[in-house]
Amino acid sequence: MSGRTIIPFGPQHPVLPEPIHLDLVVEDEKVIEAIPRIGFIHRGLERLVEKKDFIDFVYVAERICGICSFIHGMTYCLAVEEVMKIEVPARAQYLRIVWSELSRIHSHLLWLGLTADAFGFESLFMQSWRLRELILDIIEETTGGRVIFGSAKVGGVRRDISAEKMQEIVKKLRSYQKEMDDIGKVFLGDLTVQHRLRGVGVLSTASAKALGAVGPMLRASGVSSDIRMMGYSSYGTLDFAPIVEQDADCYARCKVRIRELDQSVGLIESAASKMIDGPIDVKVTGTPNGEFFARSEQPRGEVIYYAKGNGTKFLQRMRVRTPTFANITPLLETLKGCQLADVPVIVLTIDPCISCAER
Amino acid sequence: MGALSKSPWIIHYDGSSCNGCDIEVLAALMPRFDLERFGVINTGNPKHADILLLTGSINEQNKSVVKNIYDQMPHPKVVVAVGICATSGGIFRECYNVQGGADKVVPVDFYVPGCAVRPEALIDAAVAAVALLDKKRDAMKAGKA
Ligand code: SF4
Repeated sequence: MSGRTIIPFGPQHPVLPEPIHLDLVVEDEKVIEAIPRIGFIHRGLERLVEKKDFIDFVYVAERICGICSFIHGMTYCLAVEEVMKIEVPARAQYLRIVWSELSRIHSHLLWLGLTADAFGFESLFMQSWRLRELILDIIEETTGGRVIFGSAKVGGVRRDISAEKMQEIVKKLRSYQKEMDDIGKVFLGDLTVQHRLRGVGVLSTASAKALGAVGPMLRASGVSSDIRMMGYSSYGTLDFAPIVEQDADCYARCKVRIRELDQSVGLIESAASKMIDGPIDVKVTGTPNGEFFARSEQPRGEVIYYAKGNGTKFLQRMRVRTPTFANITPLLETLKGCQLADVPVIVLTIDPCISCAER
Repeated sequence: MGALSKSPWIIHYDGSSCNGCDIEVLAALMPRFDLERFGVINTGNPKHADILLLTGSINEQNKSVVKNIYDQMPHPKVVVAVGICATSGGIFRECYNVQGGADKVVPVDFYVPGCAVRPEALIDAAVAAVALLDKKRDAMKAGKA
């Protein structure tokens, strides 16, 4: 029998922490097409710039997404600072790197856990999240919050990390690295895990480029692209290279993220060694007049902030293009022809952050 | 204490939150905070659930979904609004697509403050919800509800 059936997936689904709806057109067990419906979490916060002034809006930007909240806040600040020609002190730039990379580590660990859950490896799920709590401890010690940091601001950062604290953090991260390796070994070496990930959801290099994939999704398809290489916020002074894998399947995406954990620890360490004493913010005077596109690399890929000021304290227009939104089209492509049982794993390998995508 | 309050099952739905509260809900179920020690189990099926955890605010799109999940849950049931978004709309209150807190569509029993909520606060809410479940069940038995 080869009749076509439509199976609804979501918006409320056990593997999805957030609502997205896919209509899966299936023939037997094979997915022919996936038709998305989004908009369940749309809040319309871009328009909020008309009601909150450009300084206050940092808090809203941080709450576009609770997972990469700091990077959202920071990128918004980058855009506004460029418009207002504000020079951010070096120390603040390195502190931004530290918090950005801590976000990346906690986000990747969170993703590893959710993926383990999607292929039914419950204890691995728990282990990844246990490790993530240790990272959250560092974040809480330095910012006061667990998921929303509240430490980015226009003109710098809000809090400082002392030199001793910084050393302690690096030491802690080094010791957690061994545990991350242990988890990584299971993800990459375990036979059953490989069965679920290898050869599943392949996205060729050509279609990754054509469909505009970003972040680990793009890098796992063999494209060397990482916005951090553009050198915003002093990333240019650190020595690193994008992490690229060639296999283009779920396994490769997993591997990219596991290798990025190591990379982030390294980046924090070198940022710590470069930090010099000095102010952490500059006084902001005047109002933004002009426009700018700021780009940065989130755990999920490139985020773009567009800010346009007209000389008042309210921005005229603000626009965000988030990584998940860019990755939805490639996702639909990878879903074509897969087995129904693989859908949760494939959906998760783009690391969907729906609240970002819909804002 | 009945079977219900010894092992209440929860279902979590994300209205239009920023994700911050959702990951804290999950974190509360993880080894560090371990809500499971109170017998709490996370389920994806509304028909199995006793406690509905709602994060995020209500908008035109998710109204019917939230209502649907609530209606499918068996009695007695308890609704917990998690985070300031689910309480009142929070920071997004003035957005054009946000209509307000969870109580716009379903009756809410507990409001858990915080942006994002802390897992400790969620544990408090779970313990309070269990007591209320017992109360509601007794009322049902006595034929009052
Ligand atoms: S209460 Fe705060 S952290 Fe929670 S969903 Fe709303 S904005 Fe996000």
